[in-house]
Amino acid sequence: MNKRKTILTYAGLGLFGVFGPILFPAYTLSIAYLWMMVLMASTWDILGGQMGYNSLGNIAFFGIGMYVSAIVQVSIFYPGGVAEYTSAMGSIKPEFTSNQYFVGLYLGILAAGLVALLFSILFGSFMFGLRGPYFAIGSLGLAIAAAEITITIDYVGAASGISMPLFPGDIEFRSVFFYVLCFLITIIAHFLLRWLFSTQFGLAINAIRDDEDKAEAMGIPTRIYKQIGWGIAAFFMGAMGAVAGNMAGFIDKEVAYPIPTFGIFMVAMVLLGGKGTLWGPVLGAIIFHVIKETTWTYLLGWQWVALGLILIVNIVYFQQGIMGWLQTRYPEMFGIVVDKSDLEPKAEGKAIK
Amino acid sequence: MIDKFMLGIGASVALTLAGLTTAVSAKVEGDTITLGSSISLTGKYATNGLHTQRGYDYAVDVINSSGGVKVGGKTYKLDVKYYDDESTPARGAQLAERLIQQDGIEFMLGPYSSGMTKAIAPVSEKFGVPMVEAEGASRSLFTQGYKYLFAVLSTSEQYLSTAIELAAQASSDPSSVRVAMAFESDPFSMDVRAGVVDAINKYGMKTIIDDQLPADLSDMSTTLTKVKALKPDILIVSGHSKGAATAARQINEMKVNVPMIAMTHCEAAKVQEKFPKAANGFLCPTQWVETLSKSDPMFGTASDWNTGFKKAHPSYSSVPYQSAQASAAVYVFKEAFEAANSFDQDTVRDAISAVEMETFYGDIKFSDAGNNIAKPMFMRQIDSTGNYSLVESAKDMTFPRNVSY
Amino acid sequence: MLDNIQLLFVWAPVINVQIILEGIFLGAVFALSAYGLALVWGVMNIKNLAQGDFVIMGGYISLALSQYNTSIFVILPLVMLIMFFYGFIVYHSMIKRVIDQDMFTSLLATFGLSLLMQQVMNLIWGPEVQIIDLDFPVYDAFDGFVTIPSIKIISLVLAGILSLAIVLFMKKSRIGQAIRATAQDPRAARVLGIDTDKIYAFTFSLNSAICGAAGVFVSVIWVLQPFYGITYSVRSFAIVTAAGLGNLPAVISAGFGIGLFEKYVGAIIGTAYEVAAPVSMLLIVLVFRQISMKKNRQAVK
Repeated sequence: MNKRKTILTYAGLGLFGVFGPILFPAYTLSIAYLWMMVLMASTWDILGGQMGYNSLGNIAFFGIGMYVSAIVQVSIFYPGGVAEYTSAMGSIKPEFTSNQYFVGLYLGILAAGLVALLFSILFGSFMFGLRGPYFAIGSLGLAIAAAEITITIDYVGAASGISMPLFPGDIEFRSVFFYVLCFLITIIAHFLLRWLFSTQFGLAINAIRDDEDKAEAMGIPTRIYKQIGWGIAAFFMGAMGAVAGNMAGFIDKEVAYPIPTFGIFMVAMVLLGGKGTLWGPVLGAIIFHVIKETTWTYLLGWQWVALGLILIVNIVYFQQGIMGWLQTRYPEMFGIVVDKSDLEPKAEGKAIK
Repeated sequence: MIDKFMLGIGASVALTLAGLTTAVSAKVEGDTITLGSSISLTGKYATNGLHTQRGYDYAVDVINSSGGVKVGGKTYKLDVKYYDDESTPARGAQLAERLIQQDGIEFMLGPYSSGMTKAIAPVSEKFGVPMVEAEGASRSLFTQGYKYLFAVLSTSEQYLSTAIELAAQASSDPSSVRVAMAFESDPFSMDVRAGVVDAINKYGMKTIIDDQLPADLSDMSTTLTKVKALKPDILIVSGHSKGAATAARQINEMKVNVPMIAMTHCEAAKVQEKFPKAANGFLCPTQWVETLSKSDPMFGTASDWNTGFKKAHPSYSSVPYQSAQASAAVYVFKEAFEAANSFDQDTVRDAISAVEMETFYGDIKFSDAGNNIAKPMFMRQIDSTGNYSLVESAKDMTFPRNVSY
Repeated sequence: MLDNIQLLFVWAPVINVQIILEGIFLGAVFALSAYGLALVWGVMNIKNLAQGDFVIMGGYISLALSQYNTSIFVILPLVMLIMFFYGFIVYHSMIKRVIDQDMFTSLLATFGLSLLMQQVMNLIWGPEVQIIDLDFPVYDAFDGFVTIPSIKIISLVLAGILSLAIVLFMKKSRIGQAIRATAQDPRAARVLGIDTDKIYAFTFSLNSAICGAAGVFVSVIWVLQPFYGITYSVRSFAIVTAAGLGNLPAVISAGFGIGLFEKYVGAIIGTAYEVAAPVSMLLIVLVFRQISMKKNRQAVK
């Protein structure tokens, strides 16, 4: 894409981002969820698309972030801490002033991102020796274990979940406020990734995807790059988890660790749009969200059938995603002079011996 | 080209949204009042979500066919708009917003389960949409100061604490009673557990097994093995329909012989039909019994409602109380609309809070917190023929459980 | 926790027998579905995320059949036959096109299939919890401390016969040899006149039939609900990944191992950890494998 086109695209999306909720105020939160999904897809693509490490466990950071922010938000202004506040234990309803609420929320989001980052370092310490399907299934196991262990911790109310502090403003302001948070986090992540992919970092992680052993032989500190990539994804997923928890108003295992839904949807979105590109995940998330919301509204009772069919058709017939399909079909419009052999879908993980 | 493509996507999104906007139907349109509800049609609560939905639909049919709702001299029909919340609270909250903002719903019926209600209540509260719910029993729902939330059912800590009371009555020395508990890890069961723990502490009983069952687990043989080894005096299980079905199946297979077994959702899981032998003597808390001597002009007596509902849904041999209370919630709305004689949300809200009526489901009168304080919780025991008989005190109870495998 | 250990090993050691038995029953079902997964993964590189839904579907078909006939000996082969044809249809309508794509293609396509199957089962059989009670006698041992329902013994024996038959089939029969040849080198197999497309179709259908059999056991031992397939998928993946690809006997023993491990974790630490146990086991195995691979400067791939 040349510069003018890029600017136009950003202008289009930016206008939609700003005016979407103004034109369709009833859809503010729906569009907020859209940006959340864009973020999930984009951060998944760092490892999944650009680095070739297919994680199925990124959703763990989302849940960790959500719980961390709940702990921070409640315990800094409420002396009893979360343990007293959670729903099963008592029936306390602490009143937070609006100052306390917003300070707590911002600190909560930050803490959520940072703690998720720390967890990614912890997980990375024993996960990065795994490749291909082992990494994918191992990270899925991590997410499940994280979810199951969270609900055995009495401090966070065990399986009862936590009712988040009530938003002090009125309902319209609440929607707009969370919308802006989602939009901002997504934009920040997008530009950070855009910049990162244009630096040596982008080249290095692409090298890891193409051939990790050779990359290592070339002297690229692969482990550090992998860690940075996963750390960024974890930070943003954690922060977004904090926002999502407050947006939902009540958190428990199902809200915090939606493994069979968002955990896999984020991969589906990336594949739908085309992985390993900056715009693929964005496009995939938008299309996925629109399809999902439409089928859930008009095909009640058949919505999963529709979604399943769409996924199958998409995966079976558009294997490179929409961006990939466009690139193959109209390479010139991307300004790419392509070596045709690169467009063959790569076969990976040959049959076993 | 690519930018045009992206813009095209943006435009199509906008168009879709615009299309959705035009689909908005106001709550009261023509002669139809549309209530909204997000209900679990898929996922782990789907069994009871369905019981609830059938209860709503049955009440709507009965009310419509017997004249509908009369407001301001005009007759209105009721209708319910459903979404599927997939048994996930986050989705429930999102759908509640959609019902209110996009579909223009002004009056809501509750979802299934406490967790889901906890997620939706803040939303309806913020919008000032009165919500009468029938399935969210958690005590903590009524300590948050919600003004627009009303529940026709008794709160969850009462579910199984009665079982402990009965055990205390049946035993000469309550403090020597040894209790085994197994609760699913979900907000409802945790609340039930809180009530049980309070009762245990009150009598100074000993808890010898206190297990949490993961929601995805369909096997409780580990707990039951321990139960067989430790021989508690009472076993308490709560885990929605799957928990009850699993427990009954494995109690049967493992020939667990505990003098008292109490569990929730017996009717919903149809344990008396599927495991008549093991289920003999189970104590099952229920919000409602069909032998209740209460009645109302719309549905008749409790047993009239029961017969009517069974006729509409012949697959039930024993109707789960979830359906009955769902019908009662719809009925509350009808009464409130007629009492308010208006569709103004605040007027209706005040009318609901002033409701004081006798229904087939029992008396309904809301406290300031919104829970129904006029209706007791019932405990029933399954007998050897698979019938449920009411247990009001330890005298009515077969104790110890008379079971031979 | 200390109480539980005392209970298990000091006060009432006999209940170990019950826990071991339960672990073995559980393991047998896991081993079957994991074996099927290892087969399709190994032979045609398909990671079937709908594995658990195939299991549940087998359970529902046996539920439907049990209304006409209550003998498991008739139900089992019928379910396997129906599931075999179902697998054949699925193969030709979608799986065929995703073989040899990169790993996530098959994962995502089968995820779509999983969503589809869940909802269709929900529409057909409803979301209610379903069980089949075949009313077989239950045997006691050790003064009633240990109970063994004969249906579990029958299931275990049938599962054993089935796995033995499959292993022998893979070793001895022409098709079995062709499947193994295709797994080793599809191109060479093709050169030697093996119709790999037919082999793939057969393998996938065989997996579907094996899942169907596992589903029959699930339906007669535990409970069925349309949305619980994911539990079996996750455990199958955990078992296959832990055992390592291409090591079919190890898959079966890992299945039993994880069944036992799960039960013991439940008994000692608490049932709350029973779902976390198999995935933690998977992580532990992977960490140990990394350590041993690292000595040779290799990664687990």
